[in-house]
This record gives sequence, structure tokens and C-alpha cells, in this order.
Amino acid sequence: MVIYGVYIVSKSGGLIFNHDHNVPKIEVEKSFNFPLNIKLNYENKKVVVAFGQKDGIHVGHVLTTANGIAVTGRELEDGRDILEMLEQPENFPITLKFSRAKMTTNEKIFLASMFYPLFAIASQLSPEPRSSGIEILEADTFRLYCYQTLTGIKFMIVAEPSQSGMEIFLKRVYDLYADYALKNPFYALEMPIRCELFETNLQTLLETVEKSGINNV
Amino acid sequence: MSRTGTKLDAKKVNSELFTLTYGSIVAQLLQDYENVEDVNKQLERMGYNIGIRLIEDFLARTGSGRCYDFKDTAEKIQSGFKIFLGITPSITNWSPAGDEFSLCFETNPLTEFVELPDNYSNLKYCNMLPGVLRGACEMVQMEIACWFVQDQLKNDNLTELRVKFVKRLEDAIPAGED
Repeated sequence: MVIYGVYIVSKSGGLIFNHDHNVPKIEVEKSFNFPLNIKLNYENKKVVVAFGQKDGIHVGHVLTTANGIAVTGRELEDGRDILEMLEQPENFPITLKFSRAKMTTNEKIFLASMFYPLFAIASQLSPEPRSSGIEILEADTFRLYCYQTLTGIKFMIVAEPSQSGMEIFLKRVYDLYADYALKNPFYALEMPIRCELFETNLQTLLETVEKSGINNV
Repeated sequence: MSRTGTKLDAKKVNSELFTLTYGSIVAQLLQDYENVEDVNKQLERMGYNIGIRLIEDFLARTGSGRCYDFKDTAEKIQSGFKIFLGITPSITNWSPAGDEFSLCFETNPLTEFVELPDNYSNLKYCNMLPGVLRGACEMVQMEIACWFVQDQLKNDNLTELRVKFVKRLEDAIPAGED
């Protein structure tokens, strides 16, 4: 029973709230000898494993540190280029740490605004008239549930495929939004929600659901 | 006015506190503005701002669906009064076209302790209510007009609030809803 995250998208399609919940952190550190037996690529300002999956290091994982020194973009903290460094035998053996790529806030905003037209297209593609947009999007590792209110706000959660009762959960999040975001006089509509009360109550709700199931909320 | 999880239960909030708070808002506005008309306008505006937020609470609480008929709307507004003010106004005086109706209040919690002084005869004391209705309906893509035709404070038998359907805000209807 895992809920990965909660997202709220405003009427105009902007991400106004996101909450990461319970995404297991994956980090693998391993020592390598020359020549490096995995293939690394530089893409999207990250050094990513392109091929050669082994020992818990998967394709798509991002290089975070080399010999304990943090890697940002393709540079080490001291300004050396990591990819050039890995081509020189004298730098070996070297300890590299890989982790699963984390979405930045910008990427989340980008994805949220991408879902918005997708939702609209779905309702137009429908063979039946007056269809809703996407309510459930299913993949083999997660399910995305979307609930659009009459006023046009979208509540989304990403959860494990086996997690049930998520429709009820979404309505409870709507309750919390109506209470703790909208009744906060210092919250401006359509703006990102930065209300601590909302977050703590959401956190409590998430914990209750995970501990004792959806029937107890 | 919150539900589970907080100590305050909707039904346990004393309406007198609310009535008095509303009264002090009106009194303060009368002090701040010289013109009674401005006060009416301000009250309406404040109500509008409340309405655009309150509608989410109403929807989250009742789980009501979209209205496809103004009669539905009237009933939902009525139930909204029940939820938020604890009163059930009667729905009367439908226009033949079905686009206008009246909400009649026999008691009005907002005016429980109020007597209107003569020099404020133009004041629409409860003008926040039309604002709330307008704001709330606008958020569900319906433009309405709303005004008082009778007022107990002005020695009418009952308070009558007229609601008129203006148009559906087609552009604002979210995708997957139309």
C-alpha cells in the first residue's frame, strides 16, 4: 500500500501544490576499475547510465558523487569534468554513487501542465458525447487518479496499482483543500498553496490511509 | 465550520457570534465610507470573494453534481443556506421562463439584533448574501444576478432575495465537463 505523491492543478493548468510521499530512495555506491564497464551519457544536465545494468545500478540512474565529491551537471565540485576524468586510467579505482533521478520542481510543473491538455484531448476523443477527461491512467508500476471538481481544479494522486479506494481519498483531499487552503485568508486563489496546516493535515490523512486503510478516513 | 479532524463542529458554532461579527463589519464599513451606496457595493464585493471560496466547501461537503436546470440550482442554493446559515428559505415566485426565482426568509440570522436607523434607509444590510451567491455560481460557470426586493428591516413581512439567471459562462467550463 503505497501512495507516491499528491498533486493539485489549478483551473488554468498550473501546478499549485505537490507533495512527494513515500518514494523509496535508491542509492548505490560501487567501486570501479579501468576501463569503466558501464556506459554513461550526458543528457538533460545529468550524467545518466545509458547501458550496462548491474548490481542495483539501473539504466536511467543518475551519477551523484564520485569519490564522495558531489557531481552537478557534468562537473565535480572542484570544476573537473567527470566524463573526461573517467577516460583517464590514472583516476582509477574510483567510487561512484548512483541514484534514481529526482524530479525537480520545474520538471513537475512542466509535467503537470502537460497533463492538462492530455485530459482535455481525452474528453474530446471520446466516442460517446459528454465524456469526462482522464480519471485513471494506468501503468505497470503506478496508477494516476485524477479528480476534477466542478470548478475546474484537478486533484491527482500517483499510487501503487494495487492501492484501492483512491477515489474516496481524492475527495478527502478536496475537503482538506476547501478547509485549509481556501479558508486561509492569506491564500490567493490560483496561487501555489503554501499553507502549513494543509500540509500537516494531508500528511496525517496519508498516514491514516497507509496504516489503516481508506475506510477509516 | 470545519468537519472531522477539527474540534469545531459546524452545528456547534453559535450563530450569535456570527451575527455580531457581521454587524460589526457593516458598522465599520459605515464608518469608513461616507456613502451608503458604497457600503452596499463593498458588502457585495466582500460577499463575492467569500462565495468564490465557499463554493468549494459546499461541493466538497455535499458532493453535488453540475446543475443542468435552474430549478436544480435553486434547490442547491437552498441547501447551501441550510448548511452555512442553518435556515431553509422557501423558493417562490418563479418567472414563467424559469430563469428567475425568489428566496424568502422568514427569519434571517444576520439581522437578529438589528434595527435600521432612519438615515440608513438605503442600506442593504445583508448585501453580502447576493455577493456570495454570485461568486459561488460564477465558479461553477453560471452568471446570475441577485438582489433584495423585500427586507424585514424595512418593515416588509419577509425578506425576499431575487435570483436571476443571466447566462452560462461557456468559455470557463473546464474540459471534460461540457
